[in-house]
Amino acid sequence: MENYLIAMAVSAGIYALMALGVNVIWGLAGMVNLGLVGFFAVGAYVSALLTLKAGLPIAAGMAAAALAAAAVGVAVALVTVRLRGDYLAIVTLGFAESIRIVASNTIWLTNGTDGISGIAGPWRGSLSPAAFNLLYLGVVGTIVAVAYVLAERLRASPFGRVLRAIRDDEQVAAVAGKHVALFKVKAFAIGAGALGLAGALYAHYTSYIAPDIFVPLFTLYIKLALLAGGLGNNRGAVIGAVAIVFLLESTRFVIPLVPGVSAVQGAAVRELMIAVLLIVMLRYKPTGLVPEQLPRIPVPPVPPSATARYQPTA
Amino acid sequence: MPPIVAEIAQLVVNGVMAGTILAVPAIGLTAIYAVLRFPNFALASHATIGAFAGYIANVKFGLPILPSVIVAFLAAGLVGVATDEVVLKQFRPSGFITTAIASIALTIALENIVRFGFGNELRGYALPIERDWRFASIRVGPQQLQNLAIAAVAMAALFSFLAFTRTGKAMRAVADNPMLASIKGINADMISRLVNFVGMGLAGLGGMLIGLDTSIDPLTGFRSILSVFAAAVVGGLGSIPGAVVGALTVGIGEELCLLFLSPDYRSVVGFVAILLVLTLRPRGILGQREY
Repeated sequence: MENYLIAMAVSAGIYALMALGVNVIWGLAGMVNLGLVGFFAVGAYVSALLTLKAGLPIAAGMAAAALAAAAVGVAVALVTVRLRGDYLAIVTLGFAESIRIVASNTIWLTNGTDGISGIAGPWRGSLSPAAFNLLYLGVVGTIVAVAYVLAERLRASPFGRVLRAIRDDEQVAAVAGKHVALFKVKAFAIGAGALGLAGALYAHYTSYIAPDIFVPLFTLYIKLALLAGGLGNNRGAVIGAVAIVFLLESTRFVIPLVPGVSAVQGAAVRELMIAVLLIVMLRYKPTGLVPEQLPRIPVPPVPPSATARYQPTA
Repeated sequence: MPPIVAEIAQLVVNGVMAGTILAVPAIGLTAIYAVLRFPNFALASHATIGAFAGYIANVKFGLPILPSVIVAFLAAGLVGVATDEVVLKQFRPSGFITTAIASIALTIALENIVRFGFGNELRGYALPIERDWRFASIRVGPQQLQNLAIAAVAMAALFSFLAFTRTGKAMRAVADNPMLASIKGINADMISRLVNFVGMGLAGLGGMLIGLDTSIDPLTGFRSILSVFAAAVVGGLGSIPGAVVGALTVGIGEELCLLFLSPDYRSVVGFVAILLVLTLRPRGILGQREY
């Protein structure tokens, strides 16, 4: 039971890291990424292959995963950055599907739909499973904590302010002399990097990855986590991630209790529930459980002479 | 004919067939985009719903293919109007990004309703087994030709509807300039319901035509969504003749890539086509403007 709880905590941590990354892209910069599972997959495969086939240490594999995902993010963002945001939605969704198709069929590299097993975990061999789980929880916890602090710094920094300005009105940001395209690409790269790192963390924890894991539903989980917690808000992203893992896991226990529902039907009900929940959240509580706190900008008092001048003459 | 020429000719013929079928849902997508201005990812599940509605009509009720295809169109169209009314319409004031996200959640929801009822197994339509026809060295299946004819008739019907009827003209007016259309007294709500009915109906029809070629399961629509979007983007989002040109381009392109790629990578070709077009000519082949 403890092992199960620790495993859930690790999942929650990985989801939280993803939510923090997506928050930069979606919450701050207002760009839609419907293929975030693709960046997660890139990270997972890069780290798994580099450690397994090239014999790199795990930490190096994870760093490479983050960099690779960020680089792919730059490419994806560059194609659409000057167009309306819905092109980005189409391209990111297509990207995630393409990654899945390539991973399923490039058998010499990825072992196809059978997936890659035996991915190394830090000291997995010399520790008991319980100790390994705890150690990994520590690693994930530390990374999430660092990511949280960085994300908070980013949000409060001038860079974060520009991103929010772009989200709220791109033209105004451009008029204020900001290079909108550059900021967008940077934001996308940062978010994609976090997603790639999360993918690597996932791969080294479970020791097994396969294309089936990287389905569009996963993208919805993270979107829901972020929405539940509060878009544009890092604390909300972490809280939302924990909430979504709790929800997903509790349905795993509840649905088998309903009589007359087959395994496939149970899975269908679960996915249906997630999708409906996302729609309901999006509709009725788009600010989430912890709404974004915008800094109050002091407005200088208007001198009476100025108001007097603009009084309409009756 | 030398073998390589024959092979290329066969692939081009296959590509035209696949492209014509692909054009049906691509027109649906681009029509909805033209009027409502958001990429409606729910198209995927409506293609699946159409395919299954046609399956029920064809296999459970024993109807021939032609009436079953009409059932597929009507079922997907009605579900499209209903889901838009209940779900997507509420999101339009909050912008196209929110609506697009809601539409992908909607597609997964609908897909799972189909999965709940039918499970994951592959199903086939009740089709007579027929020998392929041969012209010179090119093989063509009679069922494929029938699908081609159905797709062509559906498109011709749509084109004449848009060109000659008052409602069709109103629809084009709203797509072109919503404000001007509303000043002229066109009811935008009615037009958006109509475009959803027609667009999702075409998606359902397309889903069934795709299924007639192979088999259907709850993922039928989602698996082809990349090619459908590729067709619409390559032709120019919002342009209906563009969707046809784009679909033929993507269809032939996907087939010709079989010369040096395994068929499993077919959908990736669509994605590469999207990237190329957005880099070189973002408004697409026949698009009036880029968004």
